[in-house]
Amino acid sequence: MNALSVNNLCHSFGNRRVLDGVSFSVAEGRMCILLGRNGAGKTTLFSLITGLYHARTGSVHVFGQAMDVNPSAALARMGVVFQLPTLDLELTAGENLRYHAALHGLSASLSRNRCVEELDRLEVSDRINDPARALSGGQRRRVEIARALMHDPRLLLLDEPTTGLDAPGRRALERHVRALCRERGVAVVWATHFLEEVTADDDVVVLHRGTVHWAGRADRFAVDLGCASTAQAFASLTGSE
Amino acid sequence: MKPSHALRALNGILRREMLRTLRQRGRLLAAMVRPLVWLAIFAAGFRSVLGLSITPPYQTYVLYEVYVVPGLASMMLLFHAMSSSLAMVYDREMGSMRLLLTAPLPRWYLLAARLLASVLVGLPLVYLFLFVARWWDVRPPVWGYVAVFPALVLAGLMLGAFGLLVSSVSTQMENFAGVMNFVIFPMFFASTALYPLWRLAEAGPVLAAIAAWNPFTWAVELIRFALYLRFDAVAALVVVACLVAFFLAAVVGYDPGRGLWNRRGGEG
Repeated sequence: MNALSVNNLCHSFGNRRVLDGVSFSVAEGRMCILLGRNGAGKTTLFSLITGLYHARTGSVHVFGQAMDVNPSAALARMGVVFQLPTLDLELTAGENLRYHAALHGLSASLSRNRCVEELDRLEVSDRINDPARALSGGQRRRVEIARALMHDPRLLLLDEPTTGLDAPGRRALERHVRALCRERGVAVVWATHFLEEVTADDDVVVLHRGTVHWAGRADRFAVDLGCASTAQAFASLTGSE
Repeated sequence: MKPSHALRALNGILRREMLRTLRQRGRLLAAMVRPLVWLAIFAAGFRSVLGLSITPPYQTYVLYEVYVVPGLASMMLLFHAMSSSLAMVYDREMGSMRLLLTAPLPRWYLLAARLLASVLVGLPLVYLFLFVARWWDVRPPVWGYVAVFPALVLAGLMLGAFGLLVSSVSTQMENFAGVMNFVIFPMFFASTALYPLWRLAEAGPVLAAIAAWNPFTWAVELIRFALYLRFDAVAALVVVACLVAFFLAAVVGYDPGRGLWNRRGGEG
């Protein structure tokens, strides 16, 4: 079963069409890179997948659960890290995680245990009692990922998670997320405009001006388009340098 | 929706509201000082110029301080509701509202939980004010403090639902500051919080009619009557009706299929 199926999704803001017939799927345990330049429609797509926006045309299924029919069941299996930081700066890292756990119905004891476990996995457990305000950008991102994993989701959505991070921070974050795919079988959708975040084994969906221009395994991307490199292939699809 | 899940979520939302409120000490202090300034200065000045005849629920002539305390308690609820709504607009701009709205629970429940949590967190301060007001000889019956609890909750929910509605149609925090000025002051001054309806009628029938149509007036009267162990059925009915109407409209406002949220557009 696919972790995520997006079928013929369209969306407009007023007269401005931002997504037009977007379709793709992500299998369990796979890393899918949603590649697109700024304004391609990635964040809107995430908002539709998570139910923040209502899809008037098309459908979203998470492990077979339709977002428009049973959003709670779909959301229960989904962890999300939004492009904008969403930590409550008034709360500590641990309190942020426990708040999220409560929203997902975890008991207090399970919440406490998972909080330490997830922060530990992302190497920020030493900051558990520090206010989110006092954390660096990279630490906040890792706390957000730990929070998204609190309820043990089978699908993780990350919207430009490396924005604002330095190179070592980016690499560390990528390593953590890839480990989640390998070790826990979590399906990941990673939206980005950084080509260096794509590896040969990833699935890639190229989104440009609201439509999917190419989808498939990353190692086929340049070959299919008859280009010498992934960067060239991406440039030829999006018309960028 | 499993009851255990719903309760845990409510508990989490309540806990978050409590922690945030306790950590914003300046806001807490301002919320307490505001009605005390009104009571200590405004009421003292007004006492000499404003005579009050016997007005229900009071059974005799009362000091102006006695009359104004339920109005000031309602004012605390109004300010609390509006600052809570401002926090929702802030949450939406800062992104943390997304976390709440992507929780696997019905949206109406999440909004109701947030509303209830906000009201419950605001009530201890109102009680503190009511007890401090005894120093100004405002001494309702002891059981009045118990009887006023449901009235405070109901009024708080109604005003909170109104704030929720305002936050659902407010696109930016800057706009919201304007909305607060256009909402709080007219609601407060064109009500029976500071002067009885018959006094307003003396000033002008239009003002009296506005006050009679103002939901805040009924919230004030519900609290005033309950504090003196009387039940104002009309006030209760109006407050409940407004609560339902405001809340339903706010749920529509936050509905991804119908609300403004859906039409505004994201960051790209």
